[in-house]
Amino acid sequence: MSTFFSQTNMLLMSVWSCFFGQDEEDGTEMGEGDEWMQGKTLIKPLDQLDLTEAELKEEFTRILTANNPHAPQNIVRYSFKERSYKPISSVDQLAVHFVLEGNLLHQDSDEARRQRAKQGLPEGGEDAGDVEEGGGEERADSVESKVGKKEQKITNQFNFSERASQTLNNPLRERGCQTEPPPRANFSATANQWEIYDVYLEVLQKQEKNKEKAKAVPKKDDDKGRELKTFLLFPPQSDDITKVAKVAKIIERMVNQNTFDDIAQDFKYFEDASDEYREQEGTLLPLWKFQYDKAKRLSVTALCWNESYKDLFAVGLGSYDFTKQGRGMLVFYSLKNSTFPEYIYPTTSGILCLDIHKHLPYLVAVGFYDGCVAVYNLKEETLQPIYKSTAKSGKHTDPVWQVKWQKDDMDNNHNFFSVSSDGRVVSWTLVKNELVFTDIIKLSLAGAVSEGPEGVQLPIMGKTSCGTSFDFHKQIDYLFLVGTEEGKIHKCSKAYSSQFLETYNAHNMAVDAVKWNHFHTKVFISCSSDWTVKIWDHTIKTPMFTFDLNASVGDVAWSPYSSTVFAAVTTDGKVHTFDLSINKYEAICQQPVVAKKKTKLTHIEFNPVYPIIIVGDDRGYVTSLKLSPNLRKKPKEKKGQELPKGPEVEIAKMEKLLSLLREPENSNA
Amino acid sequence: VTVLIHHCILYKKAEVEETLKRIQGQKGVQGIIIVNAEGIPIKTTLDNSSTVQYAGLIHQLVMKARSTVRDIDPQNDLTFLRVRSKKNEIMIAPDKDYFLIVIQNPSD
Repeated sequence: MSTFFSQTNMLLMSVWSCFFGQDEEDGTEMGEGDEWMQGKTLIKPLDQLDLTEAELKEEFTRILTANNPHAPQNIVRYSFKERSYKPISSVDQLAVHFVLEGNLLHQDSDEARRQRAKQGLPEGGEDAGDVEEGGGEERADSVESKVGKKEQKITNQFNFSERASQTLNNPLRERGCQTEPPPRANFSATANQWEIYDVYLEVLQKQEKNKEKAKAVPKKDDDKGRELKTFLLFPPQSDDITKVAKVAKIIERMVNQNTFDDIAQDFKYFEDASDEYREQEGTLLPLWKFQYDKAKRLSVTALCWNESYKDLFAVGLGSYDFTKQGRGMLVFYSLKNSTFPEYIYPTTSGILCLDIHKHLPYLVAVGFYDGCVAVYNLKEETLQPIYKSTAKSGKHTDPVWQVKWQKDDMDNNHNFFSVSSDGRVVSWTLVKNELVFTDIIKLSLAGAVSEGPEGVQLPIMGKTSCGTSFDFHKQIDYLFLVGTEEGKIHKCSKAYSSQFLETYNAHNMAVDAVKWNHFHTKVFISCSSDWTVKIWDHTIKTPMFTFDLNASVGDVAWSPYSSTVFAAVTTDGKVHTFDLSINKYEAICQQPVVAKKKTKLTHIEFNPVYPIIIVGDDRGYVTSLKLSPNLRKKPKEKKGQELPKGPEVEIAKMEKLLSLLREPENSNA
Repeated sequence: VTVLIHHCILYKKAEVEETLKRIQGQKGVQGIIIVNAEGIPIKTTLDNSSTVQYAGLIHQLVMKARSTVRDIDPQNDLTFLRVRSKKNEIMIAPDKDYFLIVIQNPSD
């Protein structure tokens, strides 16, 4: 309180001194101390304005306001709401002339206490005195405050200290493990229609195998033995070469096709245009030549086309020479590959005849020079025949000259016939693993049995004539012809084993071939080493036609496409082709087909479909020739009429010829 | 005409070798290459670089040709392929695991 008062005193004193100070300034013009009493006299300062009386009397109105003249009147503030500057409506008019910060402290405040503490106890004593005047209560307060100094901290919301506690955090430990990544492989494939098809096929096959296994389980014991054998025979194939067998074959054929391209083209397309100018004659165009190195010294003894695979034919190799008997060979060629045979079977004895089964193209019957007959299965892997006749099983004692397959017998066993020089015609039946033989007929000397002029009808025992060829009738199953070494042809039946139905005195020498006509059921042809070829009607004992070919005739064959066309081969290397509908007396083609004159042609066969013939010679060569159009003539009908096709035409053709012959005979007779 | 394959265990390998020799000896044949299913030549009569080239290129061609044939009819399959050019002819016979390439100059 006292300090405050003293302070205001100080202030007042200073104000007064100022005021006096001013007066002292003015006082220079007045006397000292007199200024109070004297009135004011006006003294013009030097720079005072000179104004007229009127101007001096002019009244200037002055308004006193409470406004602060220094306050601005146009404060503008930016309003974010209106986004523009807006003048503030009311401006603060407060003018502060003087500010003085006070420095009084309340005695109970902290700062005051601190100051007292600095100044020491005497201040506190004065306070105590004051307090005594104040009263006992104040004393109590001060005592309390004294005690309060020796502190305890009072907890209040302003004096708060935070206390926290934390539980023990377990140290974190990272544990990882990694499994081995699953094995990966990149896979890519295309899904084509055929790949899907292949997969389906595989599944199907597996299913079938499973079914078979289920069936085969009871038959285990039987099969085990066989299976073992087959396993032994099939060692795991070596990596490369053996698997290429099939493709190598295909490639070989392709290469051959290229090499012999011109021949292949000729075979397919060439038709001799000059035949038009030649009237009746025709030619044979040489195509491929088939030869096998190892068969060079052997002669072709048999030829046979395969009925199912029309480009495949079989060649039997051996020797006709009695003195030069050795080994033989069965060789199969395909027209598609003329350089090398498809199948090769070497044999111990020369082959003399063979026949391929009409319906089973893999079964081949073979007759040997040593009298054996054998059956080969082309599907088998071995080089040995699947059946072979032995001395026990009724093999012939002389060379087998002809074999022919027959229709399956009543037990569905395959069977074939063979004819041999020992005079027996034997039927062989393939029964399971054996070859069962049945003598069909024994050829006895004709003079002994049939109408012998002597009248002695005793069959001369022991003398059998040698059969050299035979042929079965195409339609009449039991009827067959046998040609003999004496030159006779016997017509026989399978039913009668001792008698012939008919005998023809055909030739002067051995009958080399006898063949039924493919179309006409009555006609057959025969050829012999006596240089002649004869055509017969089996109802008539004399030949219809006789042709003299100037050389020993090795073989004769009817053509499969015409009933009047046939071809014969002679030992002078010529092929004679006849067409009876064109020329009844002469061949329409006589052509040498081998280079060296000394080669003898031994066999001839027509291909069932293609217009080619194969000719075998005694050097082991087989030559294929194409028949020119003149040789393949079909009867020309008048224009406008359709060409009737089929065997009837052929039969009719032949019949016409025969009727011409018969009439004069009848008329003569 | 299906090919009746004549297998004989005794001389199967020799037979195939012989066939290849005969092909090689044919008129105009310049070379033979046997390639396996992956396109790697396993036997050849040509020099190495040509072989590799032929094998690689022809492998693709055969795959394409085979794919084409089988796509049209999955029961069908490629038997052989001939590529005739001005100078020569390339013949390819594919098999399940192998294929055989023969280069021939037919006019030689």
